[in-house]
Amino acid sequence: MDKEKYAKLEQEISPKAPLLKNVIKAFLVGGTICLIAQFIALFYMTFFDFTERTASNPTVATMIFISMLLTGFGVYKKIGQAGGAGGAVPITGFGNAVVSAAIEHKTEGFVLGVGSNIFKLAGSVIVFGVFSAFLVALIKTILVKMGVVSW
Amino acid sequence: MFSIYITSFIVGGLICVIGQLLFDVAKLTPAHTLCILVVTGSVLDGLGLYEPLIDFAGTGATIPITSFGNALTHGALAEAEKHGLIGVLTGMFEVTSSGISAAILFGFIASFIFKPKGSV
Repeated sequence: MDKEKYAKLEQEISPKAPLLKNVIKAFLVGGTICLIAQFIALFYMTFFDFTERTASNPTVATMIFISMLLTGFGVYKKIGQAGGAGGAVPITGFGNAVVSAAIEHKTEGFVLGVGSNIFKLAGSVIVFGVFSAFLVALIKTILVKMGVVSW
Repeated sequence: MFSIYITSFIVGGLICVIGQLLFDVAKLTPAHTLCILVVTGSVLDGLGLYEPLIDFAGTGATIPITSFGNALTHGALAEAEKHGLIGVLTGMFEVTSSGISAAILFGFIASFIFKPKGSV
């Protein structure tokens, strides 16, 4: 059986993902996580000297802290199963990837296990983020120098 | 003031819906999906479109992973504005340091506290 035939067969046999249901769940879970973060941002704006713009830094750190606890107690796995992309796309999903890799490789030791595997899952996001940011910023800077666009 | 809670929920939810569509319709792995979203965020900031989205949706725009790409580009551009081309390299992590350092710190602390149990 050639590759194309196999792919076709696989598509026919594998159960169809209930798309609408998944999309609604992702919307609700992802939206709820962002809403919770908005309340955390409000907390930082009310009780500390943060503006709407600068509050996002401590908010992100707090969300990753919450994600650490949820991952450690095995709750985030359930959120991921229920929400699909709703659990993976927010920064808590990034935190979950880092934390779960760290815990998972603990048995191999802290240097060879935790230290070298902590970005095993999340590393690609950082690599592609940095590379695309470099290209975009480089292009924009050159365009500004040429006087095509402004900052 | 209160509308930010509604827009945060809706915009954050919609970005996750885009992710879910990339999962289910485009049949991409989670890693590929997240990389696409990060690159998208970085390009949107280059076009100057991501900052207005943050003003509109607050954490609905800063919490999804797209904001990571936005923050990297934004830091690079801010430094480039001050120091020219070399700033593109040196400014990259200026804005987004809290996310990365929190992830490393809490990830490492978690490895002290929690025991591995199958897949976490």
